[in-house]
Amino acid sequence: MYPYEGMIAETIQFQGDGGDSVSAYVARPLGTTGPLPSVVVIHHMPGWDEWTREVVRKFAQHGYNAISPNLFHRFGVGTADDVAAVARSQGGASDAQVMADVEGAARYLRALPTSNGKVGTIGFCSGGRHVYLAACSIPSLDAAVDCWGGGVVARPDQLNEKRPVAPIDLTDRMEVPLLGIFGNEDRSPTPEQVDQTEAELQRLGKVYEFHRYEGAGHGFFATDRPAYRPEQAVDAWGKVFAWFERWLSA
Amino acid sequence: MCTDIIEKASVSGSGKGPDGWFSLRQANVYYDHPFHAPLDHALVIDFVQDPDTPGHRVAVELSFDSAVRLIEAIRAALDSGVDAHAQDLHAPAAAPALEAVR
Repeated sequence: MYPYEGMIAETIQFQGDGGDSVSAYVARPLGTTGPLPSVVVIHHMPGWDEWTREVVRKFAQHGYNAISPNLFHRFGVGTADDVAAVARSQGGASDAQVMADVEGAARYLRALPTSNGKVGTIGFCSGGRHVYLAACSIPSLDAAVDCWGGGVVARPDQLNEKRPVAPIDLTDRMEVPLLGIFGNEDRSPTPEQVDQTEAELQRLGKVYEFHRYEGAGHGFFATDRPAYRPEQAVDAWGKVFAWFERWLSA
Repeated sequence: MCTDIIEKASVSGSGKGPDGWFSLRQANVYYDHPFHAPLDHALVIDFVQDPDTPGHRVAVELSFDSAVRLIEAIRAALDSGVDAHAQDLHAPAAAPALEAVR
């Protein structure tokens, strides 16, 4: 007889930056008392969208409590694409606000009765950059996975009030084990930028693991885009789950 | 790549959304991941009335080649329009230029 499988996926509110009540999408396995590891899924620039929610449910399918905070919560209520359009026109959410929201989302996960107390984070594209920042600025996290985060290496003219520091310049503060997933045909980050990031991680003796895939570019997990590379994506998802298994087990 | 790069042009005119026509104030233009088009990257144009209110927009997501063809078509239409309605319009070279700001 097969064991029971089930999950609940729902929108909730949690306390984010400045005590704001922030919306989030949460998926939790049912039929278990735990203890379960948890993951904060950081969405990309197109917003709190369907694909992000699919990723949240994927983690629940694999036995994790998972949450995706709506980083564009403060830009209004509407469909993900409409809200993302407003967010983009206003320069997106600030790094400081995103970090505080991610920290709040992690607190929400740790407070769940089935939590084992361990929380990791994963992000894609701009969310991958946020993961790198989180690994440097939220030491209470237990693991981090940066999927092709562009802008970790940034020129001074690419910095602004909302993004005042290049994440690579914060590497000395990194206390969270970091997994990086990259496509060698990506242009943001370029292979040279990934080299530069890896050199800094090595120089500072950080705990990290990078996997770089030939024949893949940016966003190669996206099953609804021409960029999808099934062979590389399946392998890389395996690396992601192995990393979280290693660092988030009780 | 996910970027926050955007070009903004002040525009005047009207757009038609699901609730009917509305006046336009701004066009937000960028080349990045589309939301709906099955492309890795697209030229996205949001024609908006109120840039701060979600949903008040007419949006298009175009492939790179499509966007180039649209630019050419707009230029050709403006040129032929000037020829046909010279009494109403300035010469093409003096046609209102989109004011792009970061």
